[in-house]
Amino acid sequence: MSTTAIQTKAALDGGPTPAVETREQSSAGIADYNNRQTVGKIKVENPKMVCQGVDVHYGAKQAIKNVSLDIGANEVIAFIGPSGCGKSTFLRCLNRMNDTIPICRITGQIKLDDEDIYDKIVDVVQLRARVGMVFQKPNPFPKSIYENVAYGPRIHGMVNTKAELDELVRNSLERAGLIKEVEKRMNEPGTSLSGGQQQRLCIARAIAVNPEVILMDEPCSALDPIATAKIEELIDELRENYTIVIVTHSMQQAARVSQRTAYFHLGDLIEVGDTDQIFTNPRHKLTEDYITGRFG
Amino acid sequence: MSTHKPTVHPGLTRPERDIKTIVNASLARRNAAERRFRWYGLIAIGLGLTFVVLMFSNIIGRGYPAFWQAYIQIPITFDPAVIDPDGQRDPRALANADYAALVRAGMRQLFPDVQGRQELRALYGLTSSDAAFELQTRVQQNPKLIGMEQEVWLLASATVDTFIKGNINRALDESERPIKDNQIEWIDKLQTTGKIEKQFNSILFSRGDSREPEQAGIRGALMGSLFTLMVTFLLSFPIGVATAVYLEEFAPKNRWTDLIEVNINNLAAVPSIVFGLLGLAVFINFFGLPRSAPLVGGLVLSLMTLPVIIIAGRAALTSVPPSIREAALGMGASKLQTVGHHVLPLAMPGMLTGSIIGMARALGESAPLLMIGMVAFIVDVPKSFLDPATVLPVQIYLWSDLPERAFVERTSAAIMVLLAFMILMNGLAIVLRRRFERRW
Repeated sequence: MSTTAIQTKAALDGGPTPAVETREQSSAGIADYNNRQTVGKIKVENPKMVCQGVDVHYGAKQAIKNVSLDIGANEVIAFIGPSGCGKSTFLRCLNRMNDTIPICRITGQIKLDDEDIYDKIVDVVQLRARVGMVFQKPNPFPKSIYENVAYGPRIHGMVNTKAELDELVRNSLERAGLIKEVEKRMNEPGTSLSGGQQQRLCIARAIAVNPEVILMDEPCSALDPIATAKIEELIDELRENYTIVIVTHSMQQAARVSQRTAYFHLGDLIEVGDTDQIFTNPRHKLTEDYITGRFG
Repeated sequence: MSTHKPTVHPGLTRPERDIKTIVNASLARRNAAERRFRWYGLIAIGLGLTFVVLMFSNIIGRGYPAFWQAYIQIPITFDPAVIDPDGQRDPRALANADYAALVRAGMRQLFPDVQGRQELRALYGLTSSDAAFELQTRVQQNPKLIGMEQEVWLLASATVDTFIKGNINRALDESERPIKDNQIEWIDKLQTTGKIEKQFNSILFSRGDSREPEQAGIRGALMGSLFTLMVTFLLSFPIGVATAVYLEEFAPKNRWTDLIEVNINNLAAVPSIVFGLLGLAVFINFFGLPRSAPLVGGLVLSLMTLPVIIIAGRAALTSVPPSIREAALGMGASKLQTVGHHVLPLAMPGMLTGSIIGMARALGESAPLLMIGMVAFIVDVPKSFLDPATVLPVQIYLWSDLPERAFVERTSAAIMVLLAFMILMNGLAIVLRRRFERRW
């Protein structure tokens, strides 16, 4: 991971605010943390990931401003908000995908099962195996369908025999609801599938390494309504075993698939709450304006 | 440009000029510009093709006679008294015997009525000095020949060869041509009896350089080029690819990497002779590597080729869609795995193309090699990376400087071989690229 990771960590540990100070601030600022301007319940009883005072800077520009949010285990949480509000940026902090951007600095604390994922001892490879990701545009590898799904287990050394790998690949494709369509064409290129199938292949690829959290960055924005419906159905099924964070531009989709919804606006987390409540009874003016379509 | 009458919607037409007339007014001009442009393109392509055809027909027209060579059939008596007076069949005696005497005797036998010292010398001048060496090899390989009589095809001299190929005007005065009247007479006689003929010139491909055109071959230069290019490829491809990958995928983007990038781009534009001077100063004077060696030539050409490979490699890496990197990183692949498993295979065809362009340039390069002594007259075919050698373009340069007519055609023949070498290399590159290219 080399330099970018080191840089980010350097920014975290030795940046403008040294590490100790950051920790002190966050622990001393518990009251502040509870009294933030975010409306709604940011804490949950059974959190999988806990974010406290996360700031993200791209160079001089601040993309995320002091966001604190819990992500509950086995829940689907949707991030909504107008373009450029920082929801994708925040999502990418959760598995440190922002490490690849050299000018990106992240401060604050993000914990996965009580372990700070930006801690020096955490290996980003291990983190990303635990927190998988599905991207906006389906991006299967230019390899066969089988190889696409087998890639993760192979690099992490999850299986020992070809039979085990076969089983794992089949299983993953089955859970992604794709097995019937691709059973007979496992050796065809992943890119020969339709857009919706490709996205489900990417989901199969992500769940093949059995992650704990799956991040989805607008997974349906490039898909037609039928493919979208299939993915949404799939998300609902996956909730049993995984924690899912989904960024979406479609409020209907957020309402359909998520239990909790977080509304971002210009880098601020404005409001978070149960999806039903957010869409029926938003408490913040900005949230209301957005979901009623006054802007965004 | 349609001619039918427009349907006029009364509400939409403005009284004077509707959009159709406005467009029509400029349409003729626009179409003419387009046609003109197409013609310019065709003319450019036509001119280019004409010059390519001219060049090739000129080179091939001049070069192809060099692939044939005149031989004379001479009755040779393998006289034991000349070859092996002791009768011991001692290899040293066989090696040192006066085989030229056998050739001379054979020539006298062909033309018994030639008398006088000068006449005889002119007669002996029809054969190449190689004829004696040919007999020597035959006897050494098969000592049983001693005592036998045989009709042997022996190499004619370059002058005879040039004359046979019609490159000497027999109408000229004797003093103005390299061949004497009596020699022409003898050649005519040999031709009528079928004792002189053109055979495939295997010497061209089996020997090194020589001062005698009929004995000069390009094997030495070919092997020199091969060894040099091997060194160049083995050094510049791995180093170039590794540099490109490091700079593009791993290095932080800061002032230092910017500086390195600018310098690499500048190096690609440095005149090649400068690399020759650098190689002379560093590899030969400082490290004390042997002069004229393909190893040093390869090192110098690597320096020259590296920037080209690095630039092409970086361009190929940049063209790999970032979504592939994200996909792999998101799966938990390490940076090296991402590059090794996904990015590099996708960039490989582009990298190979760049490398082949660099290698082709290295193959055709002569200036830097002049500086490190690969311009020497080297008769022996090099057998290793350290033997003195020359390369094809330098050989072409050397031969093009020689006055004999026979070297003119050899120069063209060497150019043909160089071009064939280059086409072969490019063909190999295409095959490799096809193999590496994703099938989807």
